[in-house]
Amino acid sequence: MASLPVLPVLPVEAHAPVETVTSLFALPGIHCAGCIGKIERGLLATPGIGAARVNLSAKRVAIHHDPALTPPEIKAALAALGFESEALADRGTDIAAAENRALLRALAVAGFAAMNIMLLSVSIWSGAAGATRTMFHWLSALIALPAVAYAGQPFFRSAWAALSQRRTNMDVPISIGVRLTTAMSLFETFTGGAHAWFDGAVMLLFFLLAGRVLDGMMRERARAGVAALLKQTAPGAMVLDGAGHGRWIAAPSLRPGMTMLVAAGERLAADGRVTQGQTGLDIAFLTGESAAVRVGAGDMVHAGALNIDGPIQVEVTEAGPDTMIADMARLMEEAGQGRSRYVRIADRAARLYAPCVHLLAVLAFIGWMIAGAGVHQSLLVAVAVLLITCPCALGLAVPAAQIVACGSLMRRGVLVKDGSALERLAQVDQTVFDKTGTLTLGRPVPRDLDRLAAQDRGILLALARGSRHPLSVALRRALEADGVIPAAVTGLGETAGEGMEARFGADVVTLGRPRSLIGLFDLVAEYRRGGESVLLRFADALRPEAAVTLRRIRAMGLETLIASGDRPEALEAIARETGTTAIGHLRPQDKLALLDRLRGAGRHVLMVGDGLNDGPALAAGHASMAPASASDASQLAADAVFLGDRLEPVAMTLRAARRTVRVVRQNFGLAIGYNLCAVPLALTGQVTPLIAAIAMSTSSLIVVANALRLRNAAR
Amino acid sequence: MIGLGLLIPLALLLGLIGLGAFFWALGSGQFEDGDGAAARILIEDEDDRGA
Repeated sequence: MASLPVLPVLPVEAHAPVETVTSLFALPGIHCAGCIGKIERGLLATPGIGAARVNLSAKRVAIHHDPALTPPEIKAALAALGFESEALADRGTDIAAAENRALLRALAVAGFAAMNIMLLSVSIWSGAAGATRTMFHWLSALIALPAVAYAGQPFFRSAWAALSQRRTNMDVPISIGVRLTTAMSLFETFTGGAHAWFDGAVMLLFFLLAGRVLDGMMRERARAGVAALLKQTAPGAMVLDGAGHGRWIAAPSLRPGMTMLVAAGERLAADGRVTQGQTGLDIAFLTGESAAVRVGAGDMVHAGALNIDGPIQVEVTEAGPDTMIADMARLMEEAGQGRSRYVRIADRAARLYAPCVHLLAVLAFIGWMIAGAGVHQSLLVAVAVLLITCPCALGLAVPAAQIVACGSLMRRGVLVKDGSALERLAQVDQTVFDKTGTLTLGRPVPRDLDRLAAQDRGILLALARGSRHPLSVALRRALEADGVIPAAVTGLGETAGEGMEARFGADVVTLGRPRSLIGLFDLVAEYRRGGESVLLRFADALRPEAAVTLRRIRAMGLETLIASGDRPEALEAIARETGTTAIGHLRPQDKLALLDRLRGAGRHVLMVGDGLNDGPALAAGHASMAPASASDASQLAADAVFLGDRLEPVAMTLRAARRTVRVVRQNFGLAIGYNLCAVPLALTGQVTPLIAAIAMSTSSLIVVANALRLRNAAR
Repeated sequence: MIGLGLLIPLALLLGLIGLGAFFWALGSGQFEDGDGAAARILIEDEDDRGA
């Protein structure tokens, strides 16, 4: 390299380059070229880091470093550069990406082969005969055989898997069609026949692979979006031995009885009890709420919690698979098994379609034999029938519609994880909403701010801006949304646990915890100016348009229900406002049982929730949605995640899903109708390779064009 | 006929080179970070001064 970065002079040690390990870190905050440059260059200055490569699309960085460097040290280095980060242990997305790359390779091969064979075929159609035609057939065979063997693998494998379980899917007629066509064409080439169908077979593979790649791309894009939000529990912890020396131990090797030292900014790697120190813990992964929870000596804490304030020592009580978060994950996994039994529309169609097609081909063969046409000609007709009816447009009908609809939803802030989610969402006839964080914002919103004078509001904003306390943040959001301009205050300072203080002119102004404790359930802050004081009340507000959205959902013919872990008294107001029955005091297991009862009554339930306590119910629902403010576990379990404060995306997604399924049905209708027109031609032996090629590409184009009508599906 | 015998293999060879280039690009991860590739051109390389 011509331009090595100038590093600070390090003590030179004369040993061979040490082996490096690669760690992945999620960087939710990066968004531009400046960030990339800063991180990649900045990390090189950290001793022990060999290289860093940022992936802006996935919002993460891969760091090659000395194994001696621990994740907290790397995290600190990233924090020093000004970036929040989370260690990622998950490599699942890479497996999906590798599968997608294999499909892309197959698509490239099929495309290459289809174009070249088509060139040769065009010259045959335009009149090449005799030795030239035979040579062109041979050349086509030379290109087609390896291409079919390579690009057909995804279909052959899937068809074989289905057949060995005595089932049939869309890939069975595809595999049989492609193989028979190729074999028949090879025979024709050997005997110097007039027609070879290599172009048809390879073009079929090309169109179908295009459908598969679209499907895979949609899944990967949504998964990358969720993976960027997904934070993992800590990969390990600093464990103190008897003499007070710290040693880094990876999470799987932690044992009950060990004492972890958790510094500010680190996540807990195991469940335990605080033995020393006091701090605030961010347990947003459990509740979705960002307000810190105070803990001190003797309190129980859970793996995954983020330590915000000061260092604490925690005695491990449960580690690894025994932690609460691992328990919840298991519960969710079990609940999610029902959903994996769902059969996608395309496969249901194939169950009806495949036997019909095969029967038709066999009947055509027998019919022509009876009419006295001879084995060779009868077989040709049967192959033509298979080729014409091959579900080329059917393979594109579903993924094309789904990817267009998902793209439209994504532009409106709804991330749908896969195509089957849209199909399931369209079937929903009952919705169950969680309350806190789902129907409500799940964060405090100040009430009655307009009672304050304009000047006081300006001072309040100036005070609130200086603090990261959840109530200050809530005040700042509300005041800024009202267009309040901060007043000029001097000597702004924060006392931890007390509040903000500053001077405005001659007055001392403060914003902090009230002197007297009022109300146990209300969140309150006190604003003082000189001798006067005002109490500011906060409440968890309903999401904007929540009541309207629920009414709209009911107008679509769906039933609504609120299921909450909260006290029934707290649900009364919300039930009245939204006109919905509400059930309170539900534990996670109770919610699961409620969903099971509804399913038993034949309902298809959409679960909308955000907390970890909704996780199992989200996994058990026929379909599920979560707001982007939800806990990570819930976002992982949900079929779709919606961004922003409004609840309207839920109704919008349901509408878009129904539209998508309608277009998918139309596409099936178009594709099958097209086949019905072409089959008589095939049965009478009129289909030449030219007609087959035209029929196949036209029907695919029509199906894709129809799917494009969904680009504004999210309205 | 001689033209055909020369041109068809040549066309196939060029196509195969294109296919190989695509495989290589896919394998070396050039399609993994579309947004990043677009942004990287804007990074100012301050290190050039030191070299």
